[in-house]
Amino acid sequence: MADVTPKSVLTAPIFQNNPIALQILGICSALAVTTSLSVSMVMALAVIFVTAFSNLFVSLIRNHIPSSIRIIVQMTIIASLVIVVDQILKAYAYEMSKQLSVFVGLIITNCIVMGRAEGFAMSNTPGLSFLDGIGNGLGYGFVLMVVGFVRELLGSGSIFGFTVLQTVQEGGWYVTNGLLLLPPSAFFIIGLMIWVMRSIDTDQVEENEFRMKENTKPKEAV
Amino acid sequence: MAQGNNSIKKILIVAFALCIVCSVIVSTAAVALRPLQQINQELDRKSNILNVAQLYEPGMDVEETFQDEITARVVDMRTGEYTDEFDPDTFNHFEAARDPATGRTLSGDRDIAGLSRVENYATVYLVGNPDDPDQIVLPIRGQGLWGLMRGFLSVEGDGNTLISITYYEHSETPGLGAEVNNPRWQAQWEGKKIYDQEGDLTPEIHLTKGGADSEHEVDALSGATLTSNGVTNMLQFWLSPEGFGEYLAKFRSGTSQEEAQEADVELESEGA
Repeated sequence: MADVTPKSVLTAPIFQNNPIALQILGICSALAVTTSLSVSMVMALAVIFVTAFSNLFVSLIRNHIPSSIRIIVQMTIIASLVIVVDQILKAYAYEMSKQLSVFVGLIITNCIVMGRAEGFAMSNTPGLSFLDGIGNGLGYGFVLMVVGFVRELLGSGSIFGFTVLQTVQEGGWYVTNGLLLLPPSAFFIIGLMIWVMRSIDTDQVEENEFRMKENTKPKEAV
Repeated sequence: MAQGNNSIKKILIVAFALCIVCSVIVSTAAVALRPLQQINQELDRKSNILNVAQLYEPGMDVEETFQDEITARVVDMRTGEYTDEFDPDTFNHFEAARDPATGRTLSGDRDIAGLSRVENYATVYLVGNPDDPDQIVLPIRGQGLWGLMRGFLSVEGDGNTLISITYYEHSETPGLGAEVNNPRWQAQWEGKKIYDQEGDLTPEIHLTKGGADSEHEVDALSGATLTSNGVTNMLQFWLSPEGFGEYLAKFRSGTSQEEAQEADVELESEGA
């Protein structure tokens, strides 16, 4: 990252350098929790909290972390924060924590959190690292919200639990698309999102690492 | 990074200090929030019971209504009698199923609900007068498509007519199997009969495809055949003599529990 200013670390990960769309990190939880918008939002908030504070704490003690155990140190900090988030959700948002179930715990293995701690917080000041954590959390949250919006609208005919398209089960006209309620549909939506984002911002397009060989012609095969 | 950071002494100090700090934070959060979490779990369980008994309204005082309306009792499922051996507030069916003294292993062909071990005792919730309840709420559980489904079934005081069913824990496919908690589907259960005739302990109730036309049939969930099979199996299991069959039979014979006990005593004295 060439220009590290507070504004750039906060905003760049949302569109230009989105952790899911460009770095392709944290896909697994994006597939699992995006069946409804409210769940996606809570998940996004949890991830923002964890990335921000793990970045902050890792950065605070970065000059004292022995390089041989740095990954374990980062993991310990992240895991502690995730447990705290999980406990808070269970105490104050019980319904939500039931829906998120294991996926809060699995934030520990979310590559975005670990990636930012190792890639950014280890070599930057606490303030910047904290903002970078929020920025990356927002970038993750942005994708989650878009995917959640499409999936909940077309899969259940509602937005944030409020019915928008009256479904057939409820006596309306809208036949829900069952595929959108299953995890693979998030792959399609994220794929389409990446396509759109890279069409707008062509800098994100990666160069081919190798050329595809042409197909063998029938003549050559004999 | 300073050179001294990688000395063994420094590594140990950092690792130890970090562990102490993190464990203090984690345990503080866990201990401080536990009372709130337990209240939440308890409230959730109670509102599910009220929900299946059709007493639940959004915004109501769950605790108070539960206190007023519902009595919990532990039933010995082998005899169908109430037992005072366990306190219904603390009775844990999960532990009871594992303990050889209070649970048993089910062999393959009898284990239709996929439970492998089952307890001999269960907590039932009586709505209204405990001696002559308006409704009986029974805990049920069994395998669905993706995993264990736990829920409650409410039966009228005659021990045969169903009122509703609800699942408070399941992992069925959203939009398909998870429609078990759709109020429109749940409403179909009202008035269905579990058993065919008096004295028969084999439950007849089941889910069926393409229109339920007898009083023992409920419409299956469309697009969720395996979940529907799971629901049928767990009803067949829990309402059979393996589960609450004996217990419900007491209500079906027209006598309430207390009267039935008195009748038993009379019979015994006559025999003697």
